[in-house]
Amino acid sequence: MNWTWFHRLGSPPSFYRFAERLAPWLGVAALLLLAYAWYGGLVLAPADYQQKDAFRVIYVHVPAAAVSLSLYVLMAVAGAVALIWRMKLAECVMIASAPVGASFTALALLTGMLWGKPMWGAYWVWDARLTSELVLLFLYLGVIGLHAAFEDARAAARACALLAIVGLVNVPIVHFSVEWWNSLHQGSTILKFGKPAISADMARPLYAGLLGTYLLCAYAILRRTQNELLLRERGTRWVREQLAAAAGNRDGGAHVS
Amino acid sequence: MSPEFWSMGGYAPYVWGSFGVAAAIYLWNAIAPRLRRRAILDSLADDE
Amino acid sequence: MSAFVAIFARELKLAARARAEWLMPPLFFVIVVTLFGFGARPNDPQLAAFAPAVLWVGALLAALLSLERLYRADQEDGTLEQLLVSGTSLSFAVFVKSLAHWLLSGLPIVLLAAPLAAMLGLPAAALGPLVLGLALGTPCLSFIGGFVAALTVGLPRGGALLPVLVLPLIVPVIIFGAGAVRAAQQGLDAGAPLYFLAAILTLTLTVLPWLAAAALRNAFE
Repeated sequence: MNWTWFHRLGSPPSFYRFAERLAPWLGVAALLLLAYAWYGGLVLAPADYQQKDAFRVIYVHVPAAAVSLSLYVLMAVAGAVALIWRMKLAECVMIASAPVGASFTALALLTGMLWGKPMWGAYWVWDARLTSELVLLFLYLGVIGLHAAFEDARAAARACALLAIVGLVNVPIVHFSVEWWNSLHQGSTILKFGKPAISADMARPLYAGLLGTYLLCAYAILRRTQNELLLRERGTRWVREQLAAAAGNRDGGAHVS
Repeated sequence: MSPEFWSMGGYAPYVWGSFGVAAAIYLWNAIAPRLRRRAILDSLADDE
Repeated sequence: MSAFVAIFARELKLAARARAEWLMPPLFFVIVVTLFGFGARPNDPQLAAFAPAVLWVGALLAALLSLERLYRADQEDGTLEQLLVSGTSLSFAVFVKSLAHWLLSGLPIVLLAAPLAAMLGLPAAALGPLVLGLALGTPCLSFIGGFVAALTVGLPRGGALLPVLVLPLIVPVIIFGAGAVRAAQQGLDAGAPLYFLAAILTLTLTVLPWLAAAALRNAFE
């Protein structure tokens, strides 16, 4: 297999240009998919026979929860790559995915609480999924806080990578421990959602929402990685070129970027 | 849109609350990187 | 082996000189638990139900107090740099330092737990799982905290950051630790959560000194 494309992509200027070309497409695709998902979820899908209209929260809750975990894995894997191969791009990807992941973790928590109130009768129950999500939010905030505390970008990235990797090992242990914890009290049964028999009308917008949310995250991470690269590589020739291009755009007034 | 649609079978605060928070977070993720980029380019241009 | 003795003796000697610092965690533990007793009604039988959570949270917060200093003094007086260039295995030095931290702040808490638990009205059958759980759980905190202290060493705002970083990592420890006591209170077998604690301890002992050494090296590069 020919790996030159990979090495070329790993260099900051070519990745920057690659992201510049790819990101708009991702943004448009995400917008279209999400528009369909929300219209489908709010209007087209019939109300669930058990949960009535409250089930519509899944169209924002499930994608957010899925993305929150995936982005943590991405962050830790990028961190591992950054530690092992000392790859600058991987450091930038890791730092870029932290705020995006944290925002969707917060969304998953908030929508989970808003869904829990009509379904469980309480905004918060200490079940395995909600609790793991809360710990995940703390882990994200830890990485963001640690990164902000460092002056040197490389040292910050490597410290965050170590923390992210330890956090990745921690997440399944937390999930398992909370499940064990809940099993200790057979008396207090938590109302489980009756698994809704999901019809095609219900499922299609959900899948579209999942895909759209992943694409939006890819868009946001690419853009944030570009930002990190600009900051890290300031003073180099390719960043100067970008600066000149941006200044040209503004003076010409033709482009609104 | 009919009033039934907006009332969501009595679950309006939960459903619209969720979608409202979600809209805010999706928008933030779409817009914040662009704003940051402009700030970075401006500050780098000042340094030159 | 001589390195082990040297680092360990140094930690103990330093601690003997700064006695107030190492008396703080056990004292804090006693204060938290007694204040909780004052916060409840006198002789409230409900107190025993909350005792596992109070004792475990008190123990972990108390051990957290002294973590920030674990590497700070060594960093300020240059000992850490000496260690880095000395050729001694850094992960081994981290292991010894975390062990000394546990001996000075974790062990007194383990020993204090039984009398304090009796004050909260914990039944005698639950005392064994409590003390055993703390004996397994407080070293986890020393090693997890040692790793986080190594990450934040030399940072101006490291002190505020430390609890935020430690908190999510010790969630399983507190769940299994307090869970073991509650299981014993309910007359159930406390063996399973204690085995889980032992497993977590094994994991932290084997993996974290190595990662903490990487973090220290990163801080000085």
